[in-house]
Amino acid sequence: MLHDKDRIFTNIYGWQEAGLSGAKKRGDWDNTKAILAVGHDEIVDRMKQSGLRGRGGAGFPTGVKWSFMPKEVTNRPHYLVVNADESEPGTCKDRDIIRHEPHKLIEGCLVAGFAMRSHVAYIYIRGEFVNEYIALQSAVDEAYEDGLLGGNAANSGWAFDVYVHRGAGAYICGEETALLESLEGKKGQPRLKPPFPAGVGLYGCPTTVNNVESIAVGPTILRRGADWFSSLGKENNTGTKLFCISGHVNAPCNVEEEMGIPLKELLEKHAGGVRGGWDNLLAVIPGGSSTPLITKDVCEIMTMDFDALKAAGTGLGTAGIIVMDKSTDIVRAISRLSYFYKHESCGQCTPCREGTGWMWRMMDRMVRGQAEPHEIDTLYEITKQVEGHTICALGDAAAWPIQGLIKNFRPEIERRIEMNETVTQAAE
Amino acid sequence: MSIHDLVAEDQPENFSFSAENEDKIVKIIAKYPEGRQASAVMPLLDLAQRQHDNWIPMKAIELIAERLGMAKIRVLEVASFYTMYNLKPVGKYFLQLCGTTPCMLRGSDDVTRCIKDKLGISSGEMTSDGKFSLLEVECLGACVNAPIIQVNDDFYEDLDYDSTETLIGALSKDAPPPIGSVKMRSGSQAETGPTSLEKIAAKSQKKKSEKTAGTLAEQGRN
Repeated sequence: MLHDKDRIFTNIYGWQEAGLSGAKKRGDWDNTKAILAVGHDEIVDRMKQSGLRGRGGAGFPTGVKWSFMPKEVTNRPHYLVVNADESEPGTCKDRDIIRHEPHKLIEGCLVAGFAMRSHVAYIYIRGEFVNEYIALQSAVDEAYEDGLLGGNAANSGWAFDVYVHRGAGAYICGEETALLESLEGKKGQPRLKPPFPAGVGLYGCPTTVNNVESIAVGPTILRRGADWFSSLGKENNTGTKLFCISGHVNAPCNVEEEMGIPLKELLEKHAGGVRGGWDNLLAVIPGGSSTPLITKDVCEIMTMDFDALKAAGTGLGTAGIIVMDKSTDIVRAISRLSYFYKHESCGQCTPCREGTGWMWRMMDRMVRGQAEPHEIDTLYEITKQVEGHTICALGDAAAWPIQGLIKNFRPEIERRIEMNETVTQAAE
Repeated sequence: MSIHDLVAEDQPENFSFSAENEDKIVKIIAKYPEGRQASAVMPLLDLAQRQHDNWIPMKAIELIAERLGMAKIRVLEVASFYTMYNLKPVGKYFLQLCGTTPCMLRGSDDVTRCIKDKLGISSGEMTSDGKFSLLEVECLGACVNAPIIQVNDDFYEDLDYDSTETLIGALSKDAPPPIGSVKMRSGSQAETGPTSLEKIAAKSQKKKSEKTAGTLAEQGRN
């Protein structure tokens, strides 16, 4: 169990002032100069030692990602880009960092930017977060006025600018290369990799794209030490994490907890437990809509970390936990996600553009049972045709929830088809 | 979908940015490196939309293209790719209702039903007086506070049938209620009270109540 003294985001619920004076009281911007004084590579090494894995979904070690940036700056400047395009269904943690702890993010930009020899950070925030944008921009303005950003950021001798760029309602821009395209003023369509952004990113220059949470925890890790962070959580899954608990719990909430906390404990301690009691649990989507669901018997023993969830055939993703009790129309719940992916496909790759529509239309029939039993296999086959055949992971993300549904709830789909047949025959 | 379905038939003959927005444009373009002013296309489209009753006319697209040295089709491409740019008029109160699974699980169907009952509109429709239009949108990123409606820029959270009715009533009278959770919970904290950081919670609540008490006392004096 995590103690309050080890929590990084002490103003996550917005009880205190989010602005600079409140942030300084919480320890942000405390001698940032000293953090930078250890040097670019030392910061990267310490981040590696902390074991921090990217908080945006993929769980790639943050320090290692930073180390991919070139060691020498040529005529192509280096860029840090922060992905604040939070739109994965079930996820709403970055929003709280931005509106209640914006200075953790801004200070994190300076530290991370310095580590990768960049003088500029762009924060790409989703367009719908208008009030969050206003809060963030006002925090950036405060930081400039206080000399924490600008020509001699935080008196470190390093020039650093932070710009906030608003998106406009495209989920796909959460994919890092689509985000870069969007930032360049184009449609948000993912790029083929390689080249990777660390080589050719924003405006063709070396770029690192990190999630808001990964950047915002940086200064605290460096202040308190990599050992402190890695002493929390589990091996290879260290530190603390913001969990978002939504759906059928008595008290949905966001909470910072230790990595590897048992799912059952997390739900019961912080979210008031499953509506109608633990035995009323049907299934949980553990890491945002793209991760396959797990059923109650798996939830019983599951711990919330990258490796345990991966071993169970799903993932920690963004740690957006969607809880579904026994009243849930599980086929419709997944079908609604299929609609989401159909709506959000950027249209670039044929398997995804056509496949997401195809999958949704079949799922929509499955909700009503208007299908032949063998079509369940056809649907599964289509998910396999999409998965792994597209430039980015949106195709995979659209396929996995359906695969999880068929794997765990096939009898329910069959029951609906049977019921529909009976009704149709009776009508005849 | 053809472009004709997206773009309004009735288009104004002219569009120009206000003097205030012209100042903003200079600052926006300065955020991006020289020669990369195309990056400003999204913020400029947003400015045009805000200036023009929440929708972007074709003349604005042409103007932005000219200003940023882009082909018109590139600007139109961006304007039609991103769902937040309205290329035809929307209601004075543009209701964007999230219907994705986390909101659905918490009762977004009831919110949809309430809007249909009270305003008679479904997704994609506008009331005849032009006051309200409704669009079912995809995940708004506030799932812990589901279900959610975004009214123009602002989120209303933790809704149900009754609170949606209250919200619509208030908007009809042009008196928008305070934004955020209609249950008045602070951010994404559990409705039943904090489960972590209790000491900080207690301290900030004490401060708040002292502040309120002070204000009330002052009011008493006046």
